[in-house]
Amino acid sequence: MDWHQLWEIASAPDNVPIVGMIPLLFFYIYLAWKQAKANDELIGELETNPAMAKTHHRKTWPFRPGWQKEVHVWPFLLRIEFLAAIIVTIVLMIWSITLYAPLEEPANPNLTMNPAKAPWYFLGLQEMLVYFDPWIAGVVMPTLIIIGLMVIPYIDTNPLGSGYYTWKQRKFAIGTFMFGFIVLWVAMIIIGTFIRGPGWQWFWPGQTWDHNRLIYEVNRDLPDLFGITSNLAKGIFGAIVVGGYFAAGGFLVHAFFRRYNPKDYKRMSLLQYSIMQFFLLTMVALPIKMALRLALHIKYVWITPWFNV
Amino acid sequence: MAEENSNGKNGNRVGLLERVKAGVKEDVQSLKTDMPAKAKEQIEGLKDPTKTQVYTSIFRHKHDDTPRNRALGVLSNVFLHLHPAKINRDAVRYSYTWGMGGITFYLFIVLTFTGVLLMFYYHPSKVQAFRDVLYLEHDVPFGKLLRNMHRWAAHLMVIAVWLHMFRVFLTGSYKKPREFNWNIGVLLLVFTLLLSFTGYLLPDDQLGFWAVTVGTNMARATPMLGHEGPFGKAFHMTPYNDVRFGLLGGSIVDANALLRSYIWHCIGIPIVASVLMIVHFWRVRKDGGISGPAPVMLTEEADKPRRAV
Repeated sequence: MDWHQLWEIASAPDNVPIVGMIPLLFFYIYLAWKQAKANDELIGELETNPAMAKTHHRKTWPFRPGWQKEVHVWPFLLRIEFLAAIIVTIVLMIWSITLYAPLEEPANPNLTMNPAKAPWYFLGLQEMLVYFDPWIAGVVMPTLIIIGLMVIPYIDTNPLGSGYYTWKQRKFAIGTFMFGFIVLWVAMIIIGTFIRGPGWQWFWPGQTWDHNRLIYEVNRDLPDLFGITSNLAKGIFGAIVVGGYFAAGGFLVHAFFRRYNPKDYKRMSLLQYSIMQFFLLTMVALPIKMALRLALHIKYVWITPWFNV
Repeated sequence: MAEENSNGKNGNRVGLLERVKAGVKEDVQSLKTDMPAKAKEQIEGLKDPTKTQVYTSIFRHKHDDTPRNRALGVLSNVFLHLHPAKINRDAVRYSYTWGMGGITFYLFIVLTFTGVLLMFYYHPSKVQAFRDVLYLEHDVPFGKLLRNMHRWAAHLMVIAVWLHMFRVFLTGSYKKPREFNWNIGVLLLVFTLLLSFTGYLLPDDQLGFWAVTVGTNMARATPMLGHEGPFGKAFHMTPYNDVRFGLLGGSIVDANALLRSYIWHCIGIPIVASVLMIVHFWRVRKDGGISGPAPVMLTEEADKPRRAV
């Protein structure tokens, strides 16, 4: 266990934000989960007790008759904003006094940094470069992430859970988002920061970075496993596999979604449903390709003269 | 002068002189009595500066603690009138809001302030950029603090934006009628990342140079618009006319790239982001203010119009 190496990575000035973000993320997930749990319990109670549902003010904290429903922004909101600004300023001050912004040698195109890493918030995309060609990892995926985020309000037809934390009423939506945000985006950033070393090779936390390490990995393409040699056959085979993934995966999602989210399924239009299917399957394709690469050393699934997937 | 212009009658001459004498005496008398009286009165008046014309021209209403004045304090202030005068008493709960949107905006202000100061010491040219950073770190009073604060505030802003989006998702706040504002928010997220990324190159050191090289190399692979991307050749793309060339102002990360990222960083993106922020905040108000904490909704009510509480 090379603690020095670990400390060097964790304390690199530009990595400090990630180290700080992890506990922050845990804290806010806990905060959300706590309120979701309380709300879900209240929902359960109100659903079994219609009389209570009519009288209860439907929040998890008491409301006494006679209390005003509204408060003045000045001072009740402005003091919070003011306090937040002061706290952020103090945090920034201390952070800026104690930790210096990194400055390396002057830019030198003839001296490649190893590893050459993107800014930490883009390390997820850089990590994807291992599994996909740059046109997917660097261009198509980011575009799809942005569009995917933008379509969320238009494909989520569930009217429940608007304006309060809940898990029970939005299992599918929250589960999917958590998977995309925490498991894919944040976890890949953590891999890119703490695990990827020289040559973008995998170094476990605490393993010394060896700049001379070579790994003889024989990456194969999926068609090779099946003994397909002609280019035409490879192209057709890959198209069938990728198309088959979307068809079979879509069918599987359909089977589950119809059963476990019957109300959402009924509410959704064909367009909404197919958009959801497309983005869900594309997102899930990422960890599948990762597993294929890491476990089976498969580089490409679909090979054509113009692009490889 | 009076003598020369007169008609030659003695009586008139004497009368005029006496009248002038009497007049002057009166003037002197008034100086002795009126001025001190006026001065006394005005000094007395200054004891309550809120009654002066200057004060009342700036502050349009009284400040004694009445509900009306509290409301006016928010509504008659151009910076505070973004807020309504009154809000739901629960809407100030920190455990619900997390305050991350406001903190993001505050960090944007901090970054604008420190960024403008940094611009005084920085020339976006290959010859001077790196030296300017050295000068800033070693000779400019508080220069190091300034640069540190700009960098850490930028990192913090990225984290705050993510947490804000996370909270908005978990509380279902993108649902009707806030779909459009979620989209503005996604764009703001993208611009936040781009702001941070364009700033990364500016110190012109190895870290920024290679991060931007890695980042913009992906643009080579843009389908159809990059010279290494799928179908790039078919669209006659070369390293000298593709989308990467447009981003860098050249085929390598050099002087033009530095200038371009400087202009995007300091002028282009901040203007676009500011416009989007105006729309974002405006829509928060127009879409009915903050989404919650709302009363929980029960499953059987999902497809019915919401009951007025």
